[in-house]
Amino acid sequence: LDFLDDVRRMNKRQLYYQVLNFGMIVSSALMIWKGLMVVTGSESPIVVVLSGSMEPAFHRGDLLFLTNRIEDPIRVGEIVVFRIEGREIPIVHRVLKIHEKQNGDIKFLTKGDNNAVDDRGLYKQGQHWLEKKDVVGRARGFVPYIGIVTILMNDYPKFKYAVLFLLGLFVLVHRE
Amino acid sequence: LRKNVEDFTGPRERSDLGFVTFDITADILNEKKCMVFFLTCIHLQSIFDWNVKQLFLYLSAEYSTKNNALNQVVLWDKIMLRGDNPRLSLKDMKSKYFFFDDGNGLKGNRNITLTLSWNVVPNAGILPLVTGSGHVSVPFPDTYETTKSY
Repeated sequence: LDFLDDVRRMNKRQLYYQVLNFGMIVSSALMIWKGLMVVTGSESPIVVVLSGSMEPAFHRGDLLFLTNRIEDPIRVGEIVVFRIEGREIPIVHRVLKIHEKQNGDIKFLTKGDNNAVDDRGLYKQGQHWLEKKDVVGRARGFVPYIGIVTILMNDYPKFKYAVLFLLGLFVLVHRE
Repeated sequence: LRKNVEDFTGPRERSDLGFVTFDITADILNEKKCMVFFLTCIHLQSIFDWNVKQLFLYLSAEYSTKNNALNQVVLWDKIMLRGDNPRLSLKDMKSKYFFFDDGNGLKGNRNITLTLSWNVVPNAGILPLVTGSGHVSVPFPDTYETTKSY
């Protein structure tokens, strides 16, 4: 446990320096995240797939990169991530039908590749279509497996605290 | 074979329902010419490379109506995994999904365009949507068929 000795050897100034370093890392991470939100136009530019409703394309734990540019029209075949009014968890499914008016108002229906029926049963009571406002983003790219860490952290909060604690410890103690 | 049935009151009240049967002949692997019998013919030069996990193919109908300037309805889809037979020869297929219009815009609509497209799903990376070249236009008749055909 020689890193504990290191901590004891640090004087107050060095400790403050390390804390500031830590703060800088957190701020940079936040800035990158916000920057991504601006560039992609989506409030959630990276999402983790939580269910198997899009298999075999996406599995639980895959990471999706989204854009939500208003100029991009919604067309059938696209994979959209949307939120149902009143529900927190976003859903990743494919657009099955669209009906768009001259002025750009659009209503559309979605379905998971691995589901037998379309999503009407999932929408709010009385809601038959989704609209632009329900869309979080369009899936443009993906990386498999990586999101499993997020799912683990959600399902096992102790794991999340352990990870955060270790990260914090590492940054505080690291010399550079 | 297409007919309209104004017979359904689903969550949409009395909208037009269209029936389309179609054939798909597609050769997704190589340059070999494929027969265009009824629908689209696609040449995909080795699209199944090392980074392609699967293709999500779908046949969509696009048309305009009085109510809506643009309508797109997926009639049929298929997942083709890497290693599956890349040659498709499907005849007399019925559409997988109900071809409901939002309203009554199918009656007498002369210009419904059917296109075959696919979503390339890589092992990792970008998810492009590609539209096959070639499409077929089908008209719907001016009158409804009122006999129940199920």
